[in-house]
Amino acid sequence: MKRMIWLAPLALVFSIAVQAQDLGAPVGEGGRVERIQVAPTDATDGPLRGTVTDESDWSDIGIAIPAFATDRNRETPANAEGTGALGREIARVITANLRNNGLFKPVGPDSLPSPTFPQITSPAWTSWRGRSAEMLVHGYVQARDDGRLVVGCYLYDVSLQSELIREGWIVPPADWRRAAHKCSDVIFARLTGESPFFDSRIAYIAETGPKDARVKRLAIMDSDGANHRFLTLGSATALTPRFSPDYSKILYLSYVDGNPRIYVYDIGTGQQTLVTENRNPTIAPRWSPDGRSILYSMSVAGNTDIYIVPATGGTSKRLTDAPGIDVGGSFSPDGTKIVFESDRSGSQQCYIMNVDGSNQRRISFFGGRCATPEWSPRGDQIAFTRIAGDFNIAVMNTNGGGMRVLTRGWQDEAPTWAPNGRIIQFFRTERGSGRSGIWQVDLTGRNERRLPTPVDGSDPAWGPIRP
Amino acid sequence: MNTKLATVLLLASATTLAACGKKAPEQLPPPPVDTAPPAAPAPTTPMGPQVGSQEHFSNAVNGQTVIYFDTDRFNISTASAATLQAQAQYFAQYPQLTFTIEGHADERGTREYNLALGERRANAAKNYLVSLGIAPNRIAVVSYGKERPVALGSDEQSWAQNRRAASVMIR
Repeated sequence: MKRMIWLAPLALVFSIAVQAQDLGAPVGEGGRVERIQVAPTDATDGPLRGTVTDESDWSDIGIAIPAFATDRNRETPANAEGTGALGREIARVITANLRNNGLFKPVGPDSLPSPTFPQITSPAWTSWRGRSAEMLVHGYVQARDDGRLVVGCYLYDVSLQSELIREGWIVPPADWRRAAHKCSDVIFARLTGESPFFDSRIAYIAETGPKDARVKRLAIMDSDGANHRFLTLGSATALTPRFSPDYSKILYLSYVDGNPRIYVYDIGTGQQTLVTENRNPTIAPRWSPDGRSILYSMSVAGNTDIYIVPATGGTSKRLTDAPGIDVGGSFSPDGTKIVFESDRSGSQQCYIMNVDGSNQRRISFFGGRCATPEWSPRGDQIAFTRIAGDFNIAVMNTNGGGMRVLTRGWQDEAPTWAPNGRIIQFFRTERGSGRSGIWQVDLTGRNERRLPTPVDGSDPAWGPIRP
Repeated sequence: MNTKLATVLLLASATTLAACGKKAPEQLPPPPVDTAPPAAPAPTTPMGPQVGSQEHFSNAVNGQTVIYFDTDRFNISTASAATLQAQAQYFAQYPQLTFTIEGHADERGTREYNLALGERRANAAKNYLVSLGIAPNRIAVVSYGKERPVALGSDEQSWAQNRRAASVMIR
């Protein structure tokens, strides 16, 4: 009793301090996943037979993903029933990753026999050949004495009875899903020749409440929606987050002091600072690919221009000076160019300039408006919001040609690229209700789906592949 | 009727008493001068909204605290100019007041562009008021983009109501 009385004022002070910043408790970010050599098998790591770039071929590949085996069932904080059950969960995560993204034809552990531990490196070929799967994923999970988990991941070609690739990782129990994502990435990359993307995170804005009083909170989650966290409390409107390339910080807009301003939020420490000490409103933050520079847009007497500032602080440099609205911006992967939007021609259109602001030129001439351009991590495409009646997600090449519309919603807005440049996330707003959700579509425009989020979501920002 | 009767009786008895006690004065006092009685002290609490409240401001400008814009535009229309002139009169009358102009956009625009557009609209309204003699340091500006609609439909009528710049008193 005495202790409670004592603590009450402290708790009050703490909650007030937190409220003033609208920040929740900081969450630690997992670091690098340790990669290990896993037990070799007899087969050599030969090239994939008939590697294809036309995905209509590889999308039909059947993949069997039985439960990962364990050498002996041990307790682990990662699963209440031990490493055996965890092995099944890992296989489920991999299956869901591939299925939800329209990749291959995965069959998961709940409809497959479970291999024994020795079979992981020596599959029971006769039993797998009888199934329709051309590819077989095997894996194991072991709990070490220090509590960390060893996860091995193997991909086999069933008809050739050969191992295509194997990898292994050591992860703390809390990061067991990362091992599942790393394994998904290995499978995806090996079978498609594309770069990985599953082991990545998404920052976005979680929305609740009625249309005229939306509560908008900064939130983060894994690429599959797991490990969801709210980072702000919702007393101030938060908008347009962007993960730093190393995931240690988030740039976002907050009305916490009553005005729209860009803050740099340090995820590990929970501290945040203004991107620039200036009385003018700042919006539309972006990182450079190396994380050393920040783009932001600032309105001075109603005129919005794009500025660049070192991520560590210092003097801002103005990159645009057209009267009107120059806003946003997205770096080319090599960091030498920026694509941005401007209404200097009379309506929103997309422009490219050098990183020092020189050589500004319009690239969008296909009718309608071009907004929120985002440069693909692969460098060859620019995704944007095309406004022509409705709002749709579209892509074009970097000189404005080859425009393709990928979505058909009433209001699809603000594309963000998967780390490998094959999938685009965006948010879709419903006509009337104003409710929003995060969606994704691949570059073919065929595989479109809504991401599950605990509440409505907008402003997704996909971070890079994690180390 | 009863009251009147009672008054007559009272007066009658008073006269009788006076007549009994004292001699009538030689001269009657002069009749009271026909001047207004001293004015009652002004009530300490005002009956209407206080100067500087949003309600007082709104009443003074006949509810015209908000101006509206065409799609993707930020110019001051003739109707908006009249509204801002009424507002300027109020702010000229109460030079101690400061206020915020909130700029807004409809939902049919991308988020960041709309934040910039709301900023532009609020500044257009501010500049017009400054041209009418209101000191710029009395006017704060904030853009809410499409984040705070007042009309909730997804139709042209609702959007027209949401493309606005609202003058709000700072208390």
